[in-house]
Parts: sequence; structure tokens; C-alpha cells
Amino acid sequence: MSFSPLDLAAISVAVMLLLAPAAAVSGSRTPLMVTICFMLAAIGSLLGAYAGAMAVASGSVGSAVLAVGLPDLPFHMRLDPLSGFFMTVVGLLSFIVSIYSIGYVKAIAKHRPVTRLIAFYALFIAGMFMVILADDALFFLVSWEIMAAASYFLVLFEDERIENRRAAFLYMVVAHVGAIAILLSFGVLAGIATVPAAGLGLAGADPAGFTAFRGYTFDAMRHANVTPGWATAAFLLAFFGFGAKAGIIPLHVWLPEAHPVAPSNVSALMSGVMLKTAIYGILRVTFDLVRVFPWWWGALVLVMGLVSAVIGALFAMMQGDLKRLLAWSSVENVGIILIGTGLAMIYASFNSPVLASLALIAALYHCLNHAMFKGLLFMGAGSVLHATGERDMDRMGGLIHKMRWTAPLFLVGCVSISGLPPFNGFVSEWLTFQAFLLSPAIPNQIIRLLIPMGAALLALTAALAGAAFVKAFGVTFLGHARTPGIGAAHDSSRTMKLAMALAAALCLALGVLPSVVIDWMDSVPQQLTGSSISGSAGAFGWMWLTPVASERASYSGAATFLVILLVTAVVWLLLRVRAGSIRRAAIWDCGFEKLTPRMQYTSASFAMPIRRIFSFAFGVRERVKLVPQAAHRAFPSRIQYAIRISDRFWMWLYRPIVDASFWAARLAGMLQQGRIRSYLIYSFVTIIVLLLFLK
Amino acid sequence: MNLALAAQINSFLAALVLVTAFGMLVQKRVYGLIHLFAWQGFFLSLNTAIVGYVAGKHHLYISSVLTLSIKVFVLPYILHVLVNRLKIRRDVETVVNIPRTMLIGIALVIFSYHLTSPVRELSTLVTRSTLAVALATVMIGLLMMITRTHAVTQIIGFLALENGLFFAATSATYGMPLVVELGVALDVLIAAFIFGIFFFQIHAAFDSLNVDQMARLKEGE
Repeated sequence: MSFSPLDLAAISVAVMLLLAPAAAVSGSRTPLMVTICFMLAAIGSLLGAYAGAMAVASGSVGSAVLAVGLPDLPFHMRLDPLSGFFMTVVGLLSFIVSIYSIGYVKAIAKHRPVTRLIAFYALFIAGMFMVILADDALFFLVSWEIMAAASYFLVLFEDERIENRRAAFLYMVVAHVGAIAILLSFGVLAGIATVPAAGLGLAGADPAGFTAFRGYTFDAMRHANVTPGWATAAFLLAFFGFGAKAGIIPLHVWLPEAHPVAPSNVSALMSGVMLKTAIYGILRVTFDLVRVFPWWWGALVLVMGLVSAVIGALFAMMQGDLKRLLAWSSVENVGIILIGTGLAMIYASFNSPVLASLALIAALYHCLNHAMFKGLLFMGAGSVLHATGERDMDRMGGLIHKMRWTAPLFLVGCVSISGLPPFNGFVSEWLTFQAFLLSPAIPNQIIRLLIPMGAALLALTAALAGAAFVKAFGVTFLGHARTPGIGAAHDSSRTMKLAMALAAALCLALGVLPSVVIDWMDSVPQQLTGSSISGSAGAFGWMWLTPVASERASYSGAATFLVILLVTAVVWLLLRVRAGSIRRAAIWDCGFEKLTPRMQYTSASFAMPIRRIFSFAFGVRERVKLVPQAAHRAFPSRIQYAIRISDRFWMWLYRPIVDASFWAARLAGMLQQGRIRSYLIYSFVTIIVLLLFLK
Repeated sequence: MNLALAAQINSFLAALVLVTAFGMLVQKRVYGLIHLFAWQGFFLSLNTAIVGYVAGKHHLYISSVLTLSIKVFVLPYILHVLVNRLKIRRDVETVVNIPRTMLIGIALVIFSYHLTSPVRELSTLVTRSTLAVALATVMIGLLMMITRTHAVTQIIGFLALENGLFFAATSATYGMPLVVELGVALDVLIAAFIFGIFFFQIHAAFDSLNVDQMARLKEGE
């Protein structure tokens, strides 16, 4: 008996859905239960990833109508290359993170019950799978809400801390506002998709009434004739709704709050793959459901992507909290993905399917890459958090000596996310640049002028991200321990190391073998734009990636990797030869004599130059306080420095909204007197007035 | 019985219903209110039976019997028991400004006639002229709920309002379908039981049946 990819995907969803109540009932108190639960989650995720990969590789489309759903509104499922690709991304990272969770959650289980964590973890992954597999608006929204609710409870896992409750609430609010926008967007499309069926003829107009309603399926939306006005409304609503989930600036406020406070395995999933479901939604609505769109949609996506990328990178640079830094960097990476998406939309609207597929490949590749390295980095941050109990980088330092495995693996993640060869971040950012550089092919003068500026901003983003991760790695792992508590740190358990090593290996593989990966995922742009790039991209074999033409640009991950290995080996050998002549001594202290670890570069001091240059972007509050000595004021005994960097969007955009809603609530609250008779008077007067109007 | 006579009787009973409604608006004693309510129910039931006879709608007889049993006997009995149990028999409610309430009530009657005038011209039913009275009864019931502070009087106001609705149904369309009427009767009966239970709870919690006390439930400022 053989299974189609769709069957396998359905089985993996079923495994995850069953695991949630099973974990809740079994209590999962013992370490063995934790291991079993996460093993099952890993197997289920891997199955989903395999199913998705199969669907992408074969380029086939499988669909099914489920027996569940509302009466006469059954759920539809579909696995095509686009959903297959995202299944792979979600499944692969969930697989790795599930392995990581075995060790991580066991450590948590020592001091608090983890049943909730396991149950919602499984439900969360199931929700993401279902979002991707859904082929009608109803199933999509139900899954979307399952995903949002499960992740809400995961953010709230350590609910005794007020910041966690605050972050979870903020997340819930933004998620709901976004979900309403998505609902309205599908409503627009479904409404239009329903009309032609009823308009076939007066006699045959909607003969079975409600039971024949099929407008809510994506298939009906695909075949609907959407007028440009309504299509724009649907797109703007969808972009807003999915943007809220993806953390596009200015809808990002929840992201740097919610991602850091969740348990680290959950942060890895939220940052690594949950944001991608929003990207999936944008791609699904624009390229698959609406299909024909004006170029300014793409320009809007591109500009929002650029803004998110630059501001995300700047704020990442400023953070002192390791996980917050990673969260802001997610905003940046979503921006980069949107840049690729926007370019693809622009090219597609100008009827250049080949260029559109190149940009799309860049965006999708970055989705996959970001899932891998952000997952790796969050897992690394989780290991650090677990080992030291700290998230503040200024209290760490020197961890490379204590965490001999985590440190190099974290470094791999840092190098990848900074977009350096031979790792994967380079490939996707390079492809995005290629897509930028092909813009002269566009027949619109304004865009031709504007797009190079976008490329410059992307370059700036890459540099800023690099600086942010030099800081993240340097302050956390290098130097000396800044606080005594760090000295007791230990490396993480075996499963955690294994998971991180797996993610790091994938980062390397995706960077070294890009043409193989692109060859695999070429069916996705084939489906969405009707064109593929594998013909040119892999024209020179698996070694060389030539997205357009070999005389234009080419990159060989494998060759780069070999050269880097060679140089490293030579340097290492040279150092070996000189090893005898290296003398170890105390650090030269410039004659000061009282060097302490606290005098090292801190995260704030490292970021200071960039903070000064881009000071217009932040709300910075700096405070220096001198504590004078008793003898004379000129000689301070202590200097205290405090800095607070705030997000201006909060002050300028969200505070007014919050204040206005509180004001409106107070106004409405004045109606509520608490006296039954007043309420009766309201009804009475309403009835009289309505009757008067009716008369 | 000829139609003119039937219309006369119908109008006369409508007038009596309205009089009891006004009576309830000004009655201070709980017992007096219950008796007035029972009388209103009796007039209603009589009216229903006559309309049923004139219009040849025999299911109205069943409605009439239902009204008689529930609104004239069962509900007043339940209210009696409640009043006895809760020991509020001799309570005299301070009704604010009776003349003004009466004036509002009269204004409501005029308003109802004004409102139903187009219906009166279009309808061909014998009972068409009483629709205004029915509407006025509904509004006076609501007005009674607004002006009274005692929980029991509020319930009586609510039941009077329901009487008005029933009357409106009879005079506008010769009654609702029997199934609906049965359902409504059952609803009213069950509502009365629930009210009774709530009265005991409210009495226990606030040591009073004054609904204004419930303002204390409001969230603090």
C-alpha cells in the first residue's frame, strides 16, 4: 500500500492533533513521558516535511474533501508545490526543535509542570500544518486560530511573570486584529466567487441554496472574476492581516515582546516557522487566488519589506537581551523575505515570469534559511538561558569556555544570519541582490530608478545584521565572565546539542549545495508564475549556481567552502608550527592594575557608534549619574549609566490607539449605571424612537 | 352574535384591560397589584374566547383556557406564595409622582392610537380598533417596570407587558398559531418559577427586594 504525499501530510497532522490530548491526559510528569511525547512530535513533523518535500519534488497537486467541518461546509485540503514547500520548512524545523525539546523540556520539568507546554506545542505544530494544507477559507481560519491560540498559551507558559502576561495579551490582540482582516479579505473573495454561480440563470439561481454554497473554497476563488477594485481591497486586507502575524513594521510591536518570553523551543518555532505561515498566506492570496495584480502591490510589499529589514536590523543591534535581539532580527529577516516577494510581484505584473521566479526563489530560499538559522540561534539562546539563567548579555561573557559545543554552533548560526559564505544566508541574500540587479528589465521608469535604492538599503541591512550578530556572539561567548554566576554554567544535554548540530549542518548544506535545493523547489515558481529558473540556474552542474546567465553572475558554494576550509587549515597548521613560541601571560592593563571583567565591551558600548549615527530612528533615554566622593566632588566614587531605547512606533502609533479606545470605553461605560431601571429606560426610549421613525 | 355587537364587547373589554393597566401603574400595595393582574388576565381570556367565537377560530378557546388558568390562577397564586414567604405582604411601595406617571401613561395611549391609525384603516378584522390598546398596555407595562423599584412589582410589570403582547396578537391577527401560544404560556410559567428562585436569592444577598440595591454589583470606579 502506497501513500500519496497528501495522505502522509494528513497522517502527520493527525499524529500532532492526537498527541495534544494524549499529552494532556497522560500528565507527562516523568522524564520518560516527555521523551516519548517529543519523539512522537519529531516523527510527525518529519513525516510532514517528507510529504511536503515529495509534493515539491514531483510538482504534483493532491486535494481532498474531509468528512469534518460544519454541516454542508466540509473542510478542503490540498497539497501543491507551494504548500508542500512550506510543509517542508515547518516540518523540518519542528523535527529539529522537537529533538531539542527532549532535553530542554526535561530540564524545565524539574521545577514546574510541563503538561501544558507539551500539549500546546503539539497543537501549535498541528495548527501550522493545517494552515498550510487548508484549501478553503473556513478551514484556513479555523487552523489559523488554533495556531494563534496554541502559541498564545505557549507564550504564557511562565505566567507568573507580569511581562509574560503583558506580552501574551499584546500578542493576542494583534493576532485577533490580523485575523479579522484576513477574515474580511476571504469574505471579499468568497462573496465574489459565489456570485457567478447564482447568476447563471434565474431558474437555476442557487437551486439548493445554502448546501450548494462553494464560494468559500480556494478553488472557487481561483476561478472567480475579481474586479480590480475588490481585488485591491482583498489584497490590502490580507496584507494587513498576514503582516500582523509576520511582524511587518509597523505591526511588529508584539513580536519583540512575545518571542523572548516564550520557552526557547517555542521561540524557535514562532520565529523560525510561524512567521512563515504569514508569508505563505501572502503568496497564496496574491499569486494563487487573485493572480492578476497591478505593479504597485509589489511595490507596497517591497517598501514595507525594506522598512522592516532596516529598522529590524537597527533595533536588533540595540538590544541587550539575547532573545530580544533574535526577535528583532526576525523582523529584519521577514523584511528580506518580503523584499523578494515584492520584487517577484513587480516582475510578475510586468509579465516577466522568469525574473519573477528568480525573485520568488530568493524569497522562498530565505524562508527556508531563516527557519534553519533562526531556529538554531534560538535553540542556542535557550541553551545559554538554561545554563546561566540569564538573558541579559551584559551579565554573560566567556561562555565559549564553558559551553564548548553550543558556542561554535551558535557561531554557525551567527555567520549564516549575517549572510556570509559558505553558509546559507549568503545564498538567499545574494539571490535577492540578483533579483534587484535585474530591475533594468522593467519598462517603468520610476521603478527602475527606485529599485537600486532598495538594493542599497538591503546592503545596509545585511551589514547591520552582521554587526548585531558580532555583538551577540562576542558579548555572550567571548571575553571573561561578567558576573560570578556565569562561572557555574555547563553545556547542554545531548539531545539539545544534537538538534543544534543538525540545524547547523543544514545551514551549511543549504549554503554549499544551492543549485540542488533550487532544482528541488523549482516547481513552486512553476506553479505560481508559470516559469522556472532551473534551466539556467543549474546549467553548469551542481557546483555552480547561475541564476540568470553564467556571464552575468555565478556562485559556487562548494568551491567557496573548499577554499575557506583550505585557508583555515593552512592558518591552523601555521599556528601549530608556531605553537611552541606562543607565550601566555596576564593581559596588559595599561598600568591601571585593577582590570575587572566588567570593563569589557558591553552590548551597549558595542552598539554605541551605530546608535549615534541612527539616533533619529530610536527614542533613546540616556542617564549618567555621578556619585561623588565624600572628600571632593571632582572625584566620583561611582558612575552609573543607564540607557533605555524605546520603539517610537509604540509612542506615535499605538499609544494614541490605546488611549482612544480607553476613552471610548469610558464614554460607553457612562451608560452603565448599574441600575436596572436605567437600562429599562434605554430600551423604552429606543422602542419609542424606533416606532416614531417607523411611522 | 352579530359583528357590531362583537366589536362593541371587544372594545369594552379592551377598555377594561387598559383600566387595569392604569390601575397597576398607580397601585401601591403588592396584594392590590396581584389582584389587578389577575383581573387583567380574566378580561384577556374573556376577550380571547369572544374573538375565537366570532372569528370561528377554535384554537383560540384553548388559548383562552390557558390564559385563564395561568394568568388568573397559577401566576397570582405563585406571586401570593412568594409575597407570603418573603414577608413583604404589608410593604407599601413609594411610587414617585403618581400624577406624572399617569400623564406619561396617557401620552403613551395617545401615541399608540397615533401609531396604529394606518393599521386600523387597512385591517378588516373585527378587533382592529383594539390594537392601539394592546400596544398601550405593552408600553404601560414597560413604564411600570421603569417607575417601580421593587422586584416583585417589576415582575408584575413584565407579566402585564406580556399580557399586552398577547392582546396585540389576538387583535391584530386573531391570535398566534397554537404551537406558539403554548410555547409562550410555558415560557411565562417557567419564567415565573425562575423569578421566584431569584427573588429568594436576591433577598438573601441584599436583604431587600429593591432593584436599585443591585447597583452595588457594578464595578467600582
